[in-house]
Amino acid sequence: MSTGYGLLETARPSRRRRVDNGQRPGWLGYGFLTAVLLGSMFPLYWSFLIGSGDASTINQQDIVWWPGGNFLANAAAVLEADSVNFWKAIGNSIIVSTVVSASVVLFSTLAGFAFAKLRFRGRAGLLVFVIATMAVPTQLGVVPLFIVMSQLQLAGTLWAVILPAVVSAFGVFWMTQYLSQALPYELIEAARVDGASMIRTFWSVALPAARPAAAMLALFIFIATWTNFFWPFIVLDRQNPTLPVALSLLQSNYFVDYSIVMAGVILSTIPLLILFVVAGRHLVSGIMQGAVKG
Amino acid sequence: MTTTAPRPPAPAPLTPPSAPTTVRSVRRIAFSQTLSRWDVKVSPYLYISPFFILFAITGLFPLAYTAWVSVHEWNLIGGQGDFVGLDNFAFVLSNPPFWIALRNTFSIFLISAVPQVLLALLIAAVLDRNLRAKTFWRMGVLLPYVVAPVAVTLIFSNMFGDQYGLINNVLSDLGIDPIGWHSEVLPSHVAIATMVNFRWTGYTALILLAGMQAIPRDYYEAAMIDGAGTIRQFFSITIPQLRPTLIFVIVTSTIGGLQIFDEPRLYDQTGQGGASGQWMTITIYLYNLGWGQLNFGRAAAVAWLLFLIIIIVGLINVAITRSIARAS
Repeated sequence: MSTGYGLLETARPSRRRRVDNGQRPGWLGYGFLTAVLLGSMFPLYWSFLIGSGDASTINQQDIVWWPGGNFLANAAAVLEADSVNFWKAIGNSIIVSTVVSASVVLFSTLAGFAFAKLRFRGRAGLLVFVIATMAVPTQLGVVPLFIVMSQLQLAGTLWAVILPAVVSAFGVFWMTQYLSQALPYELIEAARVDGASMIRTFWSVALPAARPAAAMLALFIFIATWTNFFWPFIVLDRQNPTLPVALSLLQSNYFVDYSIVMAGVILSTIPLLILFVVAGRHLVSGIMQGAVKG
Repeated sequence: MTTTAPRPPAPAPLTPPSAPTTVRSVRRIAFSQTLSRWDVKVSPYLYISPFFILFAITGLFPLAYTAWVSVHEWNLIGGQGDFVGLDNFAFVLSNPPFWIALRNTFSIFLISAVPQVLLALLIAAVLDRNLRAKTFWRMGVLLPYVVAPVAVTLIFSNMFGDQYGLINNVLSDLGIDPIGWHSEVLPSHVAIATMVNFRWTGYTALILLAGMQAIPRDYYEAAMIDGAGTIRQFFSITIPQLRPTLIFVIVTSTIGGLQIFDEPRLYDQTGQGGASGQWMTITIYLYNLGWGQLNFGRAAAVAWLLFLIIIIVGLINVAITRSIARAS
């Protein structure tokens, strides 16, 4: 409970194991990992090289390996572009990602609490159903979803992006897993004996206990929503985009100035890079505990 | 002494004036007990209902309704038209672009998934060693995950530029002829697969690493006593033991990979999947039918076909993974 990340205890190295498998990798291992790391970073560095140059940088035969000094000018050009409302895209991405992660966490914790700790008829069957739906490619329902959103007059609004994302089967599964081992029955019973209602028990006992897993879930949902393209691209207007949609608009101009496109790429990636620096280790342990994808 | 002793509980009131109050409080207790019983009974359903209701509306219903749309003439503007049976499916299946899209989707999927899993296995095997600065390396391989596919694509489509792209420049410095990363079929698939793998390989490696760390170390000790080397241990212990994790990784990458859209859509400015559909995928074809030609009936038919394809390929993958892991 103190570390809060014990979702799948088996996935963590035991102390005994560390002693046994004491082989440290040789220079080959470290060299290989260094190569992987450079490969992970290089495209980002490249985008900064282009994004800090000018329109001619990309057309030079000799590759320039050092950033130019135009990044701020290019970034300003992105933010002031007539064809793309980049400021609005930033605001929209923040709104959509925040609302979606908050609602996914709330509904997942509620359902996870019920599945993990409460007894009710049909519990096992319903939980299997939730897990099965994780494998359903709901993205393929875009055609009717678009029809419905149009009829509700929501197409083009942020609601059209938010509503289909406010619950997540994965989130329910994740919180169920966590709460079933992190929340002792004694705590719930104590609250009940003290006369707390169910919802009060949820609010004062389950929710605080769920906090570490909830934070991790919020992190993953935030990233997934921030980077999501297909559905927002279909349903949002050009004047009211999220960041990935705005990036696609930057590129689809007749004349593409790559230094400006790359400045846009960097602007849209910086918030997640900051998140990565702050919470990257939680991302790592989250993936290793729950094997999340998408 | 007696004065400090607790007073005995007051005898039950027998006087008539107090009787109604007692009855009322008894009733109140009974009522609150009923309420509490209801609370216990109903609350679980209440708590899981938001998920089920919203998932039914925004997830399951659209998927099922896709079938309804697919057997009708249906326009973006005109809305629902006549019932046309399987005409939309017949059109799609007899339309050459569908088959080109199918070919491209599978080609890109294979070119990305196979090297990705192999490389991720290798990375995970190294990360599974007793590394210095473990967290640093694990975070390092995960870095690309926070870059949006759209951003990844814009960066890579620039690097893979046919004329002034970084990669062709480097190739020509090495004396190799430039490659038509956009104009040719296979090179464009390789470029798109590279983008997918850039973003997902580290992620997959961490999942596999978690699976590896769950393998009991005694197995390796026993193998070492029997004289098995590192390579032999990897194939005889690690791979078979990783089977559930591998199945998970392969199934999820199948579901995601066959729906690929972001990367091919933004690989060039027009977003049509190349001048002759070199890298047009099924989801791009779906999008073009629905929001390019405004024919929702046909788009829905493609969605259902893709749904079936994903299920079939997913099952085949599970079978293959099982047999591979069993054989080794």
